[in-house]
Amino acid sequence: MTAATLPTEHSARANLNDPYALGRGHGHGHGGGGREATGHGEGGPASKRIIVSYGFWIYLLSDIVMFSAFFAAYAVLAKQTAGGPTGPEIFGRGRVAIETLCLLLSSYTCGLGSIAAARRDVAGTLRWLAATGVLGLVFLGIEIQEFAELIADGAGPQRSAFLSSFFALVGLHGLHVAVGLLWLATMMAQIRVKGFRANIQRRLTCFNLFWHALDIIWVGVFSIVYLLGSLG
Amino acid sequence: MSRHEEHDSGDAAPGEEAINAHEPASGARGYTLGLGIALLLTAAAFWIASGDAVWGPAVPAAIVVLAVAQMGVHLVFFLHVTTGPDNTNNVIALAFGVLIVLLVIAGSIWIMGHLDHNMMMDPDDMIRRMR
Repeated sequence: MTAATLPTEHSARANLNDPYALGRGHGHGHGGGGREATGHGEGGPASKRIIVSYGFWIYLLSDIVMFSAFFAAYAVLAKQTAGGPTGPEIFGRGRVAIETLCLLLSSYTCGLGSIAAARRDVAGTLRWLAATGVLGLVFLGIEIQEFAELIADGAGPQRSAFLSSFFALVGLHGLHVAVGLLWLATMMAQIRVKGFRANIQRRLTCFNLFWHALDIIWVGVFSIVYLLGSLG
Repeated sequence: MSRHEEHDSGDAAPGEEAINAHEPASGARGYTLGLGIALLLTAAAFWIASGDAVWGPAVPAAIVVLAVAQMGVHLVFFLHVTTGPDNTNNVIALAFGVLIVLLVIAGSIWIMGHLDHNMMMDPDDMIRRMR
């Protein structure tokens, strides 16, 4: 082993044992080649890509906090049926199972779309995003059909506090899905026309985060509202 | 794009594909694994809710536990939230969000439950207590 090969060998081994470069960074100086240690403020300001994604992450968390208020209202009012229909009378598990499957699969196709986008594969990304959109539309259609049936049966949001909180919570989630579908359509148009420019990639990352977050909220909705609600 | 540009500040953007690149379940395999586990947890929740598989009074707790587990699976496999040091900022923000969510939901149920209980009292009993 000669002295000339020693540094490269050393850094290769360090990279393997220390993928996040925690052991390095000090003594390299600012901007002095190689990766700086993370979390030490040595890398300079973060890139726009990271700042945009992190800001959107904060927005998503605040959105989830807003949903928590609707969940809390539903949990408090679930038994206040005012003599009207109760949960076990109006919740059918079959329809919710299909909705859940649609949204879960759409989250999966959305993820595959983001992998295709990381490969800069325009056709693949558009295909997976289209699949995401179709699954989202099926979900939204089933939910609108459920709402229409309930309202036609006299179980609309004005019937009882239970139904008010149910329509508010599930309707808010449905509204998010509808906005997400609009966003999805504009994203597909932008990728088609402008390709993978840096700003389009940032928007696509934010859209992926949004869509996965909607699925996480739906896990809470189908568990707390539909499954617990149908127990009676 | 060089590796240096990908990780310019040593932090990872939330949801970024490169975060779990050197982990066993990276890329499409990670999403497929996440989908499989999420489907299993969903099926388990529906099965528990519809049958006599679990002792009756324990069913709500089982459903809530399965929901929390599935949210964790979504975070790890779909949103790529990891315990890596380049993900610390994202995890701390998430932890703060979870704290607020728990405070809002548990606090509301707790306070409104007590209020409900006190309003249900027999009117004579309530007047006697207020004296």
